[in-house]
Amino acid sequence: MTTVRRPAPGLTWGLRGRGPDDVPVDADGPPSPPEGGLLGGTGQGIRVCVVDSGVERDHPMVGPVARSWRVLKDEDGVRVEETEEGDACGHGTACAGIIRRTAPDCELSSVRVLGERFSGSGDVLLEGIRWAVRQRFDVINLSLSTSSDRFVEQLRRLADEAYFQQTVIVASAHNTHVESFPWRFSSVISVGSHQEDDPDLHLYNPEPPVEFFAPGQRVRVAWLGGTSIRSSGNSFATPFIAGLCARILSSHPRLTPFQLKNALYLSAANVRVHGSR
Amino acid sequence: MAQPIAPFASAAPQPDPAMEELLQSVVDTARAIFGAQASSILLLETEKDELVFEAVSGQGQDFLVGRRFPAGRGIAGWVAASGEPMVVDDLHDSTSFDRDIARSTGYVPDALMAAPLVHGDRVLGVLEVLDPSPQARSSLTELDLLCLFARQAAVALNVLTTHTRRAPAPDASPDPSRTELLRLLSEARRLLGE
Repeated sequence: MTTVRRPAPGLTWGLRGRGPDDVPVDADGPPSPPEGGLLGGTGQGIRVCVVDSGVERDHPMVGPVARSWRVLKDEDGVRVEETEEGDACGHGTACAGIIRRTAPDCELSSVRVLGERFSGSGDVLLEGIRWAVRQRFDVINLSLSTSSDRFVEQLRRLADEAYFQQTVIVASAHNTHVESFPWRFSSVISVGSHQEDDPDLHLYNPEPPVEFFAPGQRVRVAWLGGTSIRSSGNSFATPFIAGLCARILSSHPRLTPFQLKNALYLSAANVRVHGSR
Repeated sequence: MAQPIAPFASAAPQPDPAMEELLQSVVDTARAIFGAQASSILLLETEKDELVFEAVSGQGQDFLVGRRFPAGRGIAGWVAASGEPMVVDDLHDSTSFDRDIARSTGYVPDALMAAPLVHGDRVLGVLEVLDPSPQARSSLTELDLLCLFARQAAVALNVLTTHTRRAPAPDASPDPSRTELLRLLSEARRLLGE
C-alpha cells in the first residue's frame, strides 16, 4: 500500500496562479440591523471558555461546565491539566454566570489561571490563553490583562492566531488608566463599562482603544456557594459582550471575527445606520 | 495581571515607625473617605505566598495586624494577582464569602472594596475598605476614587521604602523627603481627627 503525500496547504501569502473561483467563501451576512435578529441566537453550538479564577460547578446561575482546566506553575515550568476544582475567588464564576444569562445554550468551559498560589504572573495568563486558543474555542472571555511589557509580543501573536482561526477573544479593558494587554490589540474585542441600568444595553465607543461598553455597574453576579452578589467593573461588562458574541455566532456560525465585531457595532444602541436605529 | 515581587516592606524584623505611620494614615483616610466600618492594608509576601495585614482602621484594629492568609485566595487574593480593583456588595447572603478569611478576622462585611497598591507593574499589596456607607457602594465612581487613592498610597509607600532602604549614617541629618512625608501624614491625621 502506498501513501500519496500531498503538500500541506501553506499560509496564503499571495494569490499566484489562482483566481476568484479557486478561493470561494461560503459566508453569512452581511448582518442586518437589529430587526433582522442579529442578536437572536441562544448560543446553541458555540463553545465559550472563561479564562479566570475557575468556575464553580453546578452553580444555578452558571449551569453545566463542559471542561475545566487549570494552569500550574512550579519548578518544572508552566503546564495545564484538567481539574475538578471550582473557583478560588468567585470572579470566574461571576463571569460565567453573565455569559450563561446572555447565551443560555452555549457550552461553557473554564481555564483557571488565578487562585493556585500567587503565581498569577503573565506567563500563567499567557499559557491559559494559549491553551484556550489551541482548543479552538469559538469565544474566549478574558476579564484579565497584564501590564508587563515582557509578554506583549507573545500575547499579540496569540491574539492574531486566535483571530485568524476564528476564535474571538473578548477582553476587559483595565479598570484604571493602565496600559495593559491584550485588550489594547485590535485583533480582540475590548470592553469597558457603562453606568446605565439596562442589563441588555451595549454601546460602541467612537473613541477607541476600548471598542465597546456594556453593563458594569452594580451587576448581579453569581458567586461562590451557589449564591449571588452585586459587583462593578469591566470584568462583568466583558462576559456580556462574550455572551452576545456566542448568540450572534449561534445564528450566524460562519461569521469571521471582523464580521462579528461589525455585528456588535451595528447592534450597539448608539450606532445609527443612515440616521436611524 | 501582577508580577510576583520580592517581599517589599511587610513583616520587617524591626518595624519602621514611619512605615507604620504611613500605612495607618492611609487606612484611616480611606475609612473616612468612604464612611466605612473598617479599612485595611495587606502587603504581599511572595516568598511565603501570603498577604499580611499591616494596618487596620476600625473593626479588627486591635487584633488583625500581623494576621496572614494565602495570597491566592479570596477577593484580596484576586485583586493582588490580577492588579485590578474589585467592589462587591450584598455579601450577607453569600455564606461562603472568603469563609476562612472571614473566620480568621472575626468580621464578615456586607460590602467590600479592594484596590491593588501598584508601583510600576508590581503589586505591593491590597487596600481594602469594608462596609462603606450605602451611598458609596458598588458604583464605578467609587471604584475610580478608591483606585486613585490606592495609587497615591502606593506612591507614598514606594517613596518611603526607597528612602528606608538607603540607611543613613548615624550622624546624618534626617532625609528631607521623609521628614516632609511624615509632616504631611501627621497633618492628614490631624485633619481627620477634627
